[in-house]
Amino acid sequence: MTAGGDLSVEHLSVRYGGVAALDDVSLRVPRGGVLGLIGPNGAGKTSLINAVTGVIRPYAGSIALGALRLERLPQHRVARAGVVRTYQNIRLFAALSVADNVRAGALRQPGDLDEAAVRALLERAGVPDADLRGRAGALPYGAQRRLEIARALAGKPAVVLLDEPAAGMNPRETGELRAVIRSLAASGAGVVLVEHDMGLVSAVCDRVVVLNFGRVIAEGTPAQVARDPEVIEAYLGSPADNVNGSSAVDSTASAAEKSNESASANSNGSSEA
Amino acid sequence: MLQFFAQHSKLIDEIGINALLALSLSISLRAGSLALAQAAFMGLAAYVGSIGAVRFGWNLLEATLAGAFAAAVVAAILALPIGRLRGVFLAIATIGFGEIARIAEINAPITGGAEGFSNIPNDAGTVAIYAALVATGLALALFGRSKAALALAATREDESAARGVGIDVAAVRLRTLVAGAIVAGVAGVLYAHANFFITPGDFGFPRMEQILVSCVIGGVTSSLGAVLGATLMTVLPEAVRFLHDYREVSTGAILLGFILFAPGGIAGLWERRA
Amino acid sequence: MILQQCANGIFLGAVYALFAIGYTLVFGVLDILNLAHAAIFMAAAFIALWLVGTGVTLPLAILAAVVFAGLLGVLLDRVAFAPLRRRNAGTLVPLISSIGAAIIIQGVFRGLFGPDERAFPAGALSTKQFHLGTLTVGALDLVILATALGLMLGLSYVLRSTALGRSIRAVAGDRVAAALLGIDLERTIALTFFIASALGGAAGILIGLQYNSVSPDMGGRIELKGLAIIVLGGMGSVTGAVIGAFILGLVETLAVAWVGSSYRDAIAFGVMFVLLVVRPSGLLGKRALRAA
Repeated sequence: MTAGGDLSVEHLSVRYGGVAALDDVSLRVPRGGVLGLIGPNGAGKTSLINAVTGVIRPYAGSIALGALRLERLPQHRVARAGVVRTYQNIRLFAALSVADNVRAGALRQPGDLDEAAVRALLERAGVPDADLRGRAGALPYGAQRRLEIARALAGKPAVVLLDEPAAGMNPRETGELRAVIRSLAASGAGVVLVEHDMGLVSAVCDRVVVLNFGRVIAEGTPAQVARDPEVIEAYLGSPADNVNGSSAVDSTASAAEKSNESASANSNGSSEA
Repeated sequence: MLQFFAQHSKLIDEIGINALLALSLSISLRAGSLALAQAAFMGLAAYVGSIGAVRFGWNLLEATLAGAFAAAVVAAILALPIGRLRGVFLAIATIGFGEIARIAEINAPITGGAEGFSNIPNDAGTVAIYAALVATGLALALFGRSKAALALAATREDESAARGVGIDVAAVRLRTLVAGAIVAGVAGVLYAHANFFITPGDFGFPRMEQILVSCVIGGVTSSLGAVLGATLMTVLPEAVRFLHDYREVSTGAILLGFILFAPGGIAGLWERRA
Repeated sequence: MILQQCANGIFLGAVYALFAIGYTLVFGVLDILNLAHAAIFMAAAFIALWLVGTGVTLPLAILAAVVFAGLLGVLLDRVAFAPLRRRNAGTLVPLISSIGAAIIIQGVFRGLFGPDERAFPAGALSTKQFHLGTLTVGALDLVILATALGLMLGLSYVLRSTALGRSIRAVAGDRVAAALLGIDLERTIALTFFIASALGGAAGILIGLQYNSVSPDMGGRIELKGLAIIVLGGMGSVTGAVIGAFILGLVETLAVAWVGSSYRDAIAFGVMFVLLVVRPSGLLGKRALRAA
């Protein structure tokens, strides 16, 4: 189990010069919970991750992990407290070996990871066959993404923020990603998932927060959010603009319902291969 | 065998000192930090150690400790203003620092100025030099297996991602600068005591260039490579004596050859065979 | 008295500017610090010296040596930088490559001309002096200033008003975009090196004339001072380099007059260091650094 507590963000504002990238954003990620963070491009999702991980300093508001306040800590201290992330554009230590990348993730913990431990982490992240000694930069794209997740897991994090981890993945890989995220939450870490893939979001997230222009415009379960008129407008323009009969949001909402059904079906029986 | 050694003892000493200097730079380079201040640290330590030996009668060990300590202190202070600099800006700033140090050495009253400082006791023999080299090499080899070495490598690869896994990048850069300064300082004091005469010009940009070239030819992140590169760069000018004033061309050609065809340096070539 | 020092400072600044422009031009266009620039500076001075020695008139010798410097710069790029561009080698590697090239050039000229300092043959240089009120100005100084200003104006014209100038500025701004717009990258880069090296060579010739001294080591000091100038002016900014050069020339000359010469060089490096820490983009630089 991981220590740390819930991640709570309260009235967070982030400014670049005079422009507000985030304005009065509040959200909460309980231990073992999975929070989806969605919104059109430029809505402030990556700014939020940057603020939480200490890359940028917020203009106002607070970020806390349990009782520990994070908003004034430098980036490496936030990571040491157990808040880690993956990146939209993969940031592996490309010239280092696969094993070293995983070991690097565990630097904040005492001791070192042996080969067996590294293997186990790679398996958990869904890339069990990677050559431990191979160059991380030489891996195929999907494997690199999963190696980044393995690196994040290696430090036994309290909170993991995933920045569009499914980008560029095919449906099979995305399915494997679902399992990884679920197992992460099951181990007690809080997960924030920034994604555009609504199927994935609906499948794994307990709750979803929607950002637009730096503000929270909706929150709730995936199904609730998919039906929210403000969300629909943010993504697609007003419903009257849709010439076709069914809008993409309708299919998203039904995807959400379908995956909720299959999720409950899965939890009843044994998991499929 | 012994005769060869005696005939070439000056050269052998030079190799040892240049190897130490190359190692000192390689520490910073392993962290991805292009801090080109090792020649300056060498010079500062050389003057501290020499002045102490001549004025206060320090023996070699005392002079070396004092010199290395002085270099470490200066490095720790220097690390602060240059902390946010990277890449070519860092290189230029540290080169500038080197020039300021050199000019200070020329003008400070106790150093003897541009004509140099002499009468340094000639008590640094080959044994002392190679003892220091072996000790440094062992320390670096032991270090190489540690978690700290992984932190260095990660910092070199991607600083932001390194912070993201909890590495205190500023502390890494400070520590590598100070560690390199200590090694360069030891080399400086030994150099002074092996040559009994030093001038500020010994520790300027040409020296820094030489150290950098040794490291690059050896393979930027390899300790053994740094030593081999320094050996090659020290021996080469002697080996091509017959070229007289054209000597330098061979040095430049070898450097260019490595850059163009074997950018991993000697260490890279070795790894390719394996 | 001050007026005289200012005049001297301006003459010095003009030559500094010629040297610094080449440095900053290459950095601006390619993000490379070309440490072989000072070697070309030296090589051109020797070529001019040699030509004058064989009886060529001074203006022709200068012209030929400047062209030689330009061509040497193009060759330098072909051999030492272009292969690295093809393999995307980063910024440290070209720097080292330039050091290798500089060592080769220095070695060749040291071998050809010997390691000692040489002077121009007696009679080749005018010793005439003009007196304007309290000012004493040598004819040679005026020629040097005129040449330097002429070259700088010429460069300004090229950069502002010609297609080549536009290409250079485009490549300096965004190499990938420039290529996508159809600019011939390699040709633009080669021409940039020609111009930068020709100017650097001109600086070497003029300094050689001014102090009547040419030696294989003459590049050493100005190489580092040139760094200080382009940092002051803003790395990548040609106008900044010119302004920085004149400022430094004036400040150095005045400081020597008032404070004495032993710390003169420290001024340049002190200013440079402080600027890098406090305002790395210099006066006009476009490249503010970002902490990674």
